[in-house]
Amino acid sequence: MGALQSSPGRPEYSDLAEKTGFSFEQIGVLHKRFKQLSHNEETLRRDHFNEIDDLAFNPIRAQIIEAFFDRRNFHQNGEGKVQEIGFEEFVVVMSHFRPPSAHMTEEQRGKTRREKLRFLFNMHDTDNDGIITLEEYRHVVEELLSRSGTLEKETAKCIADAAMLEVASISVGHMEPDEFYEGITFEHFLKLLERFEIESRMIIRFLNMDTTTLCK
Amino acid sequence: MLRCGYALFWLLGSVLLICVVSPVKGEAVVTREGSHLKLSESSHSNESQHGHSSNITGIPIISFKWHHVETPYLVAFWVLVSFLGKLVIEANHHVTSVIPESALLICFGFILGGMIWAADKVQTFRLTPTVFFFYLLPQVILDAGYHMPNKLFFTNLGGILVHAVIGTCWNAASLGLSLWGCQMGGAMGDLDIGLLQYLLFGSLMAAVDPVAVIAVFEQVHVNDVLFIMVFGESLLNDGVTVVLFNVFDAFVSLGGPKIDAAEIIKGIVSFFVVAFGGSLVGLVFGLLISLLTRCTKNIQIIEPGFIFVLGYLSYLTAEMLSLSAILSIVFCGMCCQKYINANMDENSVQTVRYAMKAFANGSETIIFVFLGISAIDKVIWVWNTGFILLTLLFVLVYRFIGVFFLTWILNRYRLVPLEFVDQVIMSYGGLRGAVAYGLAVMLDENKIKEKNLMVCTTLIVVYFTVILQGITMKPLVMWLKVKRAAVTEVSLLEKLTNKMFNHTLVAIEDISGQIGHNYMRSKWKYFEENWMSWILMKPSARKKQDQVFDVFHQLNLKDAMEYVTEGERRGSLEFVRNENSIIDFKKKSESESFDINNANMSNDHGAMSTTSRDPIPSVSLEMHEQIMKAVREAEAINAHHLLDQHLYKSRKQHRHRFSRSHFDINRDEKEVQEIFQRTMRNRLKSFTSAKMGVKPPKTIVKHTQKEQQQKMPNGKSMDKAKTSYSGDEGPNSVSFVHPAGIENPAFMPDLDPMDLLQIPPWLGESELDSSMVALSHRAQVDLPRTPSNLRRLAPLRISTRSTDSFTLENIPDTQQMDTQEEFLQSKLTT
Repeated sequence: MGALQSSPGRPEYSDLAEKTGFSFEQIGVLHKRFKQLSHNEETLRRDHFNEIDDLAFNPIRAQIIEAFFDRRNFHQNGEGKVQEIGFEEFVVVMSHFRPPSAHMTEEQRGKTRREKLRFLFNMHDTDNDGIITLEEYRHVVEELLSRSGTLEKETAKCIADAAMLEVASISVGHMEPDEFYEGITFEHFLKLLERFEIESRMIIRFLNMDTTTLCK
Repeated sequence: MLRCGYALFWLLGSVLLICVVSPVKGEAVVTREGSHLKLSESSHSNESQHGHSSNITGIPIISFKWHHVETPYLVAFWVLVSFLGKLVIEANHHVTSVIPESALLICFGFILGGMIWAADKVQTFRLTPTVFFFYLLPQVILDAGYHMPNKLFFTNLGGILVHAVIGTCWNAASLGLSLWGCQMGGAMGDLDIGLLQYLLFGSLMAAVDPVAVIAVFEQVHVNDVLFIMVFGESLLNDGVTVVLFNVFDAFVSLGGPKIDAAEIIKGIVSFFVVAFGGSLVGLVFGLLISLLTRCTKNIQIIEPGFIFVLGYLSYLTAEMLSLSAILSIVFCGMCCQKYINANMDENSVQTVRYAMKAFANGSETIIFVFLGISAIDKVIWVWNTGFILLTLLFVLVYRFIGVFFLTWILNRYRLVPLEFVDQVIMSYGGLRGAVAYGLAVMLDENKIKEKNLMVCTTLIVVYFTVILQGITMKPLVMWLKVKRAAVTEVSLLEKLTNKMFNHTLVAIEDISGQIGHNYMRSKWKYFEENWMSWILMKPSARKKQDQVFDVFHQLNLKDAMEYVTEGERRGSLEFVRNENSIIDFKKKSESESFDINNANMSNDHGAMSTTSRDPIPSVSLEMHEQIMKAVREAEAINAHHLLDQHLYKSRKQHRHRFSRSHFDINRDEKEVQEIFQRTMRNRLKSFTSAKMGVKPPKTIVKHTQKEQQQKMPNGKSMDKAKTSYSGDEGPNSVSFVHPAGIENPAFMPDLDPMDLLQIPPWLGESELDSSMVALSHRAQVDLPRTPSNLRRLAPLRISTRSTDSFTLENIPDTQQMDTQEEFLQSKLTT
């Protein structure tokens, strides 16, 4: 945590680059952005994220910000939340969205896929019990649809329920009336989104160029 | 099958011969518009002549006036022939699975052309540029634009534009220059073609034809990105080609020496003006259509017409301003699709969709057939082996080089690079088609001596690409294992995840400070939702925009359908009320849920639905409310059906059938009145018979029968209760006399004997059991819990009547009957 106390030079970059797969230039750009967000402090806190203007329109802002403070996303097998993150964590979380390298074996593809889906799954599974329960799912869907303006809260709830029902019918098959579907496990999640080409979609272009001045 | 096909060919052929033998020289199909005018003039003169002659010889009973109808007749006939050709071709699935339809249609054209040739010794029909560009092409392109997957298109817009603009220029320039070089080298003998003319030829050959591409690629389901790259390119580069062609055409007529730097710069500028101007015209018309459909609610029948007419007008306007007409109509279609789909009535949307497809498919068929027919003409066949073969070679080779080079550049910037096999297919999918041919025919013979050679070469290239490449495309796709399009049946979860995931991407871009696709898209979406939709969409339509909601809606519909099917299987929808089968997750006491279900069924979102909702950690009551709502609708339909069949043969009068603007069937007040009166009379009769001591047959009520019958009052209540019981749904309203005068006889809740006696059925049973059948177990258990405002349901549950529910034969209490009779009589007399 807070591994990079001093302003990072190349050696620290190479460490990070190895860990995350970003190029030096990209890390440099991200570091600049980090400084900009944290007002030249060493760590980022939640209110720093809340200050980002463009993010204000995002319906699932809370989930995304939480994802940055979630130990599960730091590749460290940790759990729970943290209060502030250093640059390293910032970059590690970002690296979930790195485009895959051009030449990947099937195995690697599967691995990146799993990682990316795990990230999404963690965004749903807030209490970290390995299951997206209905309550959790409802919460996310409500947030997700809250900005659309036309759908009411009740509808969002119904939609979440319908989705859950659908999931239950797909992953469990026929259920007895008194059976109870607890929630989506990660394995189910993987299976459900089989056709979702996440490895080629959950990616962001990280430019080598510095565009931070354009963003608020 | 094949034999039948041949027979049809010959049949067609013979009919054709009859027509062709009659003198039809010249432009039959050529200029419809012009000849329409001529036609009307000549018909006038015909009539006046006719009038004169009839003075002399008397009135002819019948006369053969071929010239009177010649042009439209031929047009219609040719359309018919093309369609029949398609019919025959499509009947042979094993052939079309190997050879693409477009290729077969061209071959069909060859045969037809051969017949005409044999009959006439001269080719009288051919595809002329006017017909092609004004009457056949627009609808195909409009269809393409209208059905364009916008998101996919704009995501790949960069790549598409690079290929469409730079790729086309490259194709044109390289082909022209290489041919010129070859001529200089003496490979083609003696030809009178200059460099500029070669470039002109190159530019007309450069366009990948959307019609041909769609025809081939819709049968080979390649993945989305590859498809949009080929298809988008073919659409846009048509515009580019036409522009290039016009520029070079102007250069040719200007003559070599007069061209200086200024002219070339003007040419380049005009290129951009024409392309962007055309797109702009399209956008303007698209917005206009969207605005118009906001307020066409009252003229729903001709609503779809606006799209076609305005689309066509955008094409013509662009043509008039010498802008790119093709680009104009493409963007018109792309721009308006979202808004008109939201604004218009569902029926109109379907109509537009079908009509669009019908027009596009029809003209595509005609285009290919005529491409084939045009070949059978001795005039255009000027053979020059060197020229033709070299053109073919260069077209193919440069296409490959261009695609690979441009994709190589693009891949350095693309997040998901195009793979090698994709590039091969993209290159191989460079089919030339009718646009090239149309442009070639438009060449001016006075300026270009070798026009016929060029037309001939164009045709050969077209045949080569459409037929040979078309046939080999599918095996190639198989062999290279090109990623195919996935069958997409989106689940709600996927939709939601997708949505969530897009937001996540945007957020990450925001946080990391990158300005990428997602950033742009979110900004555009924000703008679009806040401004564009606000202006262009009906307020009521805006709500339905959400895709997630759409899927949700679909799911609900599916559920409802399943319930109906299940109901039909079991012979009733009773099981819906049997909570065991539907409430998958709920662990509730039977009776409670039973009440709730019924409450939901009876009073629309009544107060009951909120009273006993326990916070149970499970999937939802609300979900079931949704299901119930769907079921309720389904049940209403079912009940209607039942009523229709058994109760009353209503005399539906389609009074407005001849009206062009109204569709509704007649819902007359009188009809309702009549139903009421009939039923009342029926009841009265049965009462009197009971009074006279005619013992009603003891009904043995079977369980299923009872169930079946229960639906009727219940379903009826859906629609009728709302209208007739408008206000007094209150718990204790005994609505014997209703101001509207129309009472639903099926729904006389308080006429129920149980109610009047105020004896709970389980107590009253001992006294009444002479004719009462024992209540079902559930009814006995449930009834005491029924709250007072559900009294209307009482007859529903304890109903022991036979299917003929309105004859209350098995009510024993005569006293009651008297009161009822009085009431009924008083009602009838009013």
